[in-house]
Amino acid sequence: MNHIKKECVAMLLAGGQGSRLYALTQDMAKPAVPFGGKYRIIDFPLSNCVNSGIDTVGVLTQYQPMVLNEYIGNGQPWGLDRAHGGVHVLPPYETASGKSWYSGTANAIYQNISFIDRYNPDYVAVLSGDHIYKMNYGKMLDFHKQKNADATIAVLEVPWEEASRFGVMSVDENDTIYEFAEKPAEPKSNLISMGVYVFTWAKLRRYLIENENDEGATKDFGKNIIPAMMDNNEKMVAYRFDGYWKDVGTIDSLWEANMDMLDPNVPLDLLDYSWKIYSRNPIMPPHYAGPQSRIENSMIAEGCEINGMIDFSVLFAGVTVEEGAIVRDSIIMPNTVIKKGAVIEYAIVGEDCVIGEGAHIGERPELIEDKSQWGVAVVGHRVNVSDKAVAPPKAMISKDI
Amino acid sequence: MASMSKVLGLIFANMHEQTLPELTKARAMASVPFGSKYRLIDFPLSAMVNSGITRVGIITKQNYYSLMNHLGMGSEWDLARKTGGLHILPPYGRENAGMYRGRLEALAGAAQFIHESNAEYVVMADSNVVANIDMRSIVDFHEKNEADITCVYGKVVYPTERALMQTILCVDENDTVYDVLARPAMSGEMNVALNIYVMRRKFLEDLIRESECRSLYSFETDILQHKLHDFKVMGYKYDKYFEIIDSMKTYYKVTMEIKNRDISREVFSMDTPIYTKVRDIAPAKYGIDCSVKSSLVADGCIIDGVVENSVLFRGVKVGKGAVVKDSIVMQNAVIEEKASFINAIADKEVTISKNRTITGSADFPVYISKGGVV
Repeated sequence: MNHIKKECVAMLLAGGQGSRLYALTQDMAKPAVPFGGKYRIIDFPLSNCVNSGIDTVGVLTQYQPMVLNEYIGNGQPWGLDRAHGGVHVLPPYETASGKSWYSGTANAIYQNISFIDRYNPDYVAVLSGDHIYKMNYGKMLDFHKQKNADATIAVLEVPWEEASRFGVMSVDENDTIYEFAEKPAEPKSNLISMGVYVFTWAKLRRYLIENENDEGATKDFGKNIIPAMMDNNEKMVAYRFDGYWKDVGTIDSLWEANMDMLDPNVPLDLLDYSWKIYSRNPIMPPHYAGPQSRIENSMIAEGCEINGMIDFSVLFAGVTVEEGAIVRDSIIMPNTVIKKGAVIEYAIVGEDCVIGEGAHIGERPELIEDKSQWGVAVVGHRVNVSDKAVAPPKAMISKDI
Repeated sequence: MASMSKVLGLIFANMHEQTLPELTKARAMASVPFGSKYRLIDFPLSAMVNSGITRVGIITKQNYYSLMNHLGMGSEWDLARKTGGLHILPPYGRENAGMYRGRLEALAGAAQFIHESNAEYVVMADSNVVANIDMRSIVDFHEKNEADITCVYGKVVYPTERALMQTILCVDENDTVYDVLARPAMSGEMNVALNIYVMRRKFLEDLIRESECRSLYSFETDILQHKLHDFKVMGYKYDKYFEIIDSMKTYYKVTMEIKNRDISREVFSMDTPIYTKVRDIAPAKYGIDCSVKSSLVADGCIIDGVVENSVLFRGVKVGKGAVVKDSIVMQNAVIEEKASFINAIADKEVTISKNRTITGSADFPVYISKGGVV
C-alpha cells in the first residue's frame, strides 16, 4: 500500500492509567473518562487535531484500552475516517524479539517509528491525551517553522505557586528555552509545559533511537528526550498559549474543569462552534424535563429524564433523576439513575450507576467544620448504592454499598 | 423468516406535502422537523434499518436540498455502505419527470434502481407516519400469505376531516383487503392505511411496466381500487402507537403527544432507536432563574427563561424573562428577553423580539415561517 506524504502527523499519548482518578479509571484509560456532559477527555485533543488540519493521528493506548478503542472506532465522529491517514489506535505489540509494553512516553513513540515513517512527515506533534483545551496546533506548527526550531513546546503562564506541579520552562527574550525542570520544588519560571510538542521529525527520530539504546534511561519525554535535546543545544522554543487549559488528572481538577463549563466567564466555550469539539453522540431522544423538575445553572445532555432538582451540575446522556431527588454541584456520568429522594452534593457519579432511594452522596463544605475532612465524593462506574446508604465527602466508592 | 438482506426499502420523500403547506414550502415532507431533533424521514428510515434492510432508495420530487443535507452519506443510519446503503433518487426519465402525478409514475423513475437492487421484496413507505415499526414482521406476513400486495393499516377513530385525507381499507377476518376507499367522507372507527406496502420486486416491476403503457399513475386508485380483485391484497394490522401527520393541527398535536413518557419510550425505544443527523453541539445549558417543565429539550439550547409544555429543537435560545408555553420552537430560533410565545410554532432561525407576545390556540397554533423576525 502506498502512503501519501503528510506534513505533520500527530501522536496522542492515551495509554496512561490516570491512577489519581481512582475508581473512575479502574476500567478505562484516563482519556476515555467522560467530560463536559457529552464528551470524553480525548475528544479535545482529537478535535483540536481535526480543526487544526491534522488528519493523521496515532493514538497510543496501553492501560484498559477497550472503552477507548470502541469509542474511537473508525474515527467517523471526528471526520478521521480518511482514505489516506485518519486515526489509528496503536497498542503495544509483540515482535520477533519478544513482548514489549510501552515503558514510557518516548518508548511508545519509538515503538511506532515505522507508523510515522510511512507518512514521511516533516513534523510530528506529540500530544498528551488528558487535558481540556481548545488549541490550534496549526498556528503552533507555523511558529515552529518560522523559528526554524527542532522542538517547540506549548507553554502556559500560571501563578508562581502552581508552577511546581508541572514541567517548568525557563526562556530567554526570544522565547528560546534554556532550561527545563520537571516538577521543581523551587521553580525558576512560571511558564509550564502543556504536554503539547511539535518536533522536526528527523531530529526527534534520532533522539528516540539514542534514548532507546541508553540502558539507564526511563524512556520519557520530560525526563529524557527534552533534557537530551537541551544538552545538545538543539533549537527549542516555547510557544505561548493564553487560552483555557486544564489538567484533569485528579478528582478535584476533574470536578473543577466540569464546573468551569457552567461558568460564562471561563474562556472555553463549548457553545462556540467556530472550534467544535466532536464526540461520538449517543443515539437518544432529547432530554425531558418533567412536571416536577427544577433545573438551574446546569448542563443537561440528551436522553435524560429529570423530575428532581438540579443545580450547578453536569448531567451526561441518559441520566434519570426521579422525583424529590436533589443533585447539586455534581457530575453525573451517562445512564446513571438517581432514585427518589436521593441527595448528591459535591460528587462525581460514574456511568451506569444506580443511587438508591434516599441515599446521600457527598456533603456541602459549609456543613463541615473540619475542612480537611471535606472533598468531592466519588462513585465509580457501574456501582449500585442501596437505599438510604450514605457516602461521606471524599468517599471513593468502587464497589456496591 | 424472510432474509431482510434481500429486501429493498423505498421511501417517498415528497408525498402528502399538500397537507402541511407551511412546513413544506421550502423543504420536502421527509425533511419536516419533528420531535425536537428529528426529521419525519427518520422514522421510516430508522425502522427499515432496525429491521435489517441495508439498501434504501429515497424517491424525491422537489425541494430536496434540505433532505440531502440531512441524510448526507447516510452514516448516522449506518447506511454508508460499500454494497447497498442509501441512495437518493432525484427525478429521472421522461421530460417533466419531477412532476410525477402519482406513486406509480414516481416508481417508474426509479425502475432501474429497483431492478438493479436484485432484491426479492420491496418495502415502500411515506414520510408522514410517526411510529417505530418493525418492518420484518410485515415482510414475514407477506411471505407467509404469499400475497401480491400487503398493505399496512391501523385501527383508528377519525373525524370526517381526517378521513378525507386518507386511504381507508376494508379487511375481512382472513386479513384480505376487500375494499379500498380513497378519502371517504366518513367518521368513527376505520382502518387507515399507513401507506406502507410490501411486494415482490418482480411483481412491482411488472406493475410499473404495465402501468406505464396504460398511462396509469395512481397506485391507490389504479391498482388498489381498480385491480383489487385481480391480485391477492392482504392487510397487515399495525397495533402499536402511530400517528399520521395530515395537517398543521395534527403536527402540533402529535408533537405535544410525543412528550408523553409511555409514548416516548415506545417511539424512541432504546432497542430500536430513531437515528438522526448528528450536529456536534454541546448539551443544553440552563441559566440562573430559569424554569423548565414538561418539555423536551435538545442539545445546544440555552435557556434563561420559562419553558412549559413545549418542544425545543437544537440550539434554541430562550432569553431572561421570556415565556415559551405549549409551543414548538425549531432549530436555532431565538425567543428574546421578556417575549412570550404561546400555542405557537416557530420554524428554524425565527426570532421573537424582546417584549413581543405571540399567542395562538391549540386548534390553530400560530406559525412563524423560517427565518422570520417578529
